[in-house]
Amino acid sequence: MEKRRKTELAIIANKVRKNAVTAVYSAASGHPGGSLSVADVLTYLYCEVMKVDPKNPKMADRDRLVLSKGHTCPALYSVLAYKGFFPEEDLKTFRRVDSYLQGHPDMNKVPGIDMSTGSLGQGVSAAGGMALAAKIDNKDYRVYAILGDGELEEGQVWEQAMFASHYKLDNFTIFVDNNGLQIDGDVCEVMNPTPIDKKFESFGWKVLTADAHDFDSLEAAVCEAKATKGQPTAIIMKSVKGKGVSFMENNAGWHGSAPNEEQYNQAMKELDDKIAELEASL
Amino acid sequence: MAKKATRESYGAALVEYGKDERVVVLDADLSKSTKTDMFKKAYPDRFFNMGIAEANMLCVAAGLAASGKIAFASTFAMFAAGRAFEQVRNSIGYTKLNVKIGATHAGISVGEDGASHQCLEDIALMRTIPNMVVINPADDIEAQLAVKAAIEHDGPVYMRFGRLAVEDVNPADYKFEIGKGVQLADGKDVTIIATGLMVQMALEARKMLEAEGISARVVNIHTIKPIDKDIIIKAAKETGAIVTAEEHSIYGGLGSSVAEVVTDAAPCPVKVIGTESFGRSGKPAELFELYGLTPENIAKKAREAIAAK
Repeated sequence: MEKRRKTELAIIANKVRKNAVTAVYSAASGHPGGSLSVADVLTYLYCEVMKVDPKNPKMADRDRLVLSKGHTCPALYSVLAYKGFFPEEDLKTFRRVDSYLQGHPDMNKVPGIDMSTGSLGQGVSAAGGMALAAKIDNKDYRVYAILGDGELEEGQVWEQAMFASHYKLDNFTIFVDNNGLQIDGDVCEVMNPTPIDKKFESFGWKVLTADAHDFDSLEAAVCEAKATKGQPTAIIMKSVKGKGVSFMENNAGWHGSAPNEEQYNQAMKELDDKIAELEASL
Repeated sequence: MAKKATRESYGAALVEYGKDERVVVLDADLSKSTKTDMFKKAYPDRFFNMGIAEANMLCVAAGLAASGKIAFASTFAMFAAGRAFEQVRNSIGYTKLNVKIGATHAGISVGEDGASHQCLEDIALMRTIPNMVVINPADDIEAQLAVKAAIEHDGPVYMRFGRLAVEDVNPADYKFEIGKGVQLADGKDVTIIATGLMVQMALEARKMLEAEGISARVVNIHTIKPIDKDIIIKAAKETGAIVTAEEHSIYGGLGSSVAEVVTDAAPCPVKVIGTESFGRSGKPAELFELYGLTPENIAKKAREAIAAK
């Protein structure tokens, strides 16, 4: 990827991080850790890869994205707002009783949300259904799903893995946000899902690895996924939970808690400094 | 008259009304039993076996529906409403997606397979989900027209079909409407409100009561949700006593639904016939006797309801 574009995407991703943390801070509840770990891949997909139209969010042949780890919707909402699906200022209404921005994504309330998610394991199956629909209709749209590594503990994920491989859904790409942490701690201590790559391989998937915070790495993996025929692709993304906010990084405690005012100001300062640094390098 | 199981009607209706190109059918390794194999034979490109993986199947159906399909998902009631309840709630009910759940082998009339396969809770479970329509057809024509209506209805529908062959209770020119109960016979002393295969028993009970000089109205409630409040309130007001009959738990099914309506709008004695325990292996007729799902018991409860006026 061209260096200038990479820097531009990094600036967008950090603005997305700011808005995600702001949404959680405004609600005094939500899931900042995982939102920060998926901010880059969501920015990359919506700005560089997916065919979507903010003015026509239900466009029939659009590419689809299902955030199976629905609790990290602050990042998805922020990307959708950046793309113009709805006003950015609405992000501050996140989780409020009068808001359409529910605690977990609601496809019937939020423009641009392709599937209501929140109950882990279900979104990825629905995404597989969308990919199957494209095959039935001979359409060339692609379907993406993002799962947590803790989410892999849900048995339904593996029912889905059998299904997508069985029906050779090569228009289907999933990203595993491998930040290594879930609510109760280290995924390998809570219920070890490793080896993630070998599991998907044995289910018949093309397996790729990527750095969740490196656009070149994400681009290479997505290009290879698109070129892969006859099987779905799982991209195992090594990521940092809480990425971009120093005190949230690699800390399971930030899975589902909101920052206080001092912490929020610190987070904004860190992200503003990063954005300023990136802008200066343009 | 030839008897037919409503699962057979389901398979036939999928072939008939599945001409609509938007219809796709999923099954979880039970297509020979649920009769979706009839659709598979007619439209092999729109049938997908999902293996023994019901949770995934229901959510794949949701994804297909989100992409413009009318997605039917079939398995036994136990696994559709029971095992995959939360998938149905969150990915189909909450989303209001166009998924039609064809659940077969409901109730104790499954017979010899026993309690593990005799789903007596599905109506109660499905009824609690907002946006969900719940239909329990009584005979062949009603089951077929329910499938047609489900295709025409925009949103989730749960259809309950049986394994056991049942008699026709409706005429050949029968008109089916979701949410509209059917008065099959008039009466003034008591109303028997039945659903599914209990409707044929309600008609038999009516004959027994008639011989004793008791005039019983019979109402078929094929749509448990949304329920036809008007026909129930009218029955409560005009006959002053109600007996409900269902091949389902007495907790949360037809009886509960009817009681909710009359308690609010027209209080009267309501006797509820259904199950309270798990089922067991046996021939359907033996099980009906054992669990009180008989015309004799309906007639007995009718007398009790009249006495309680």
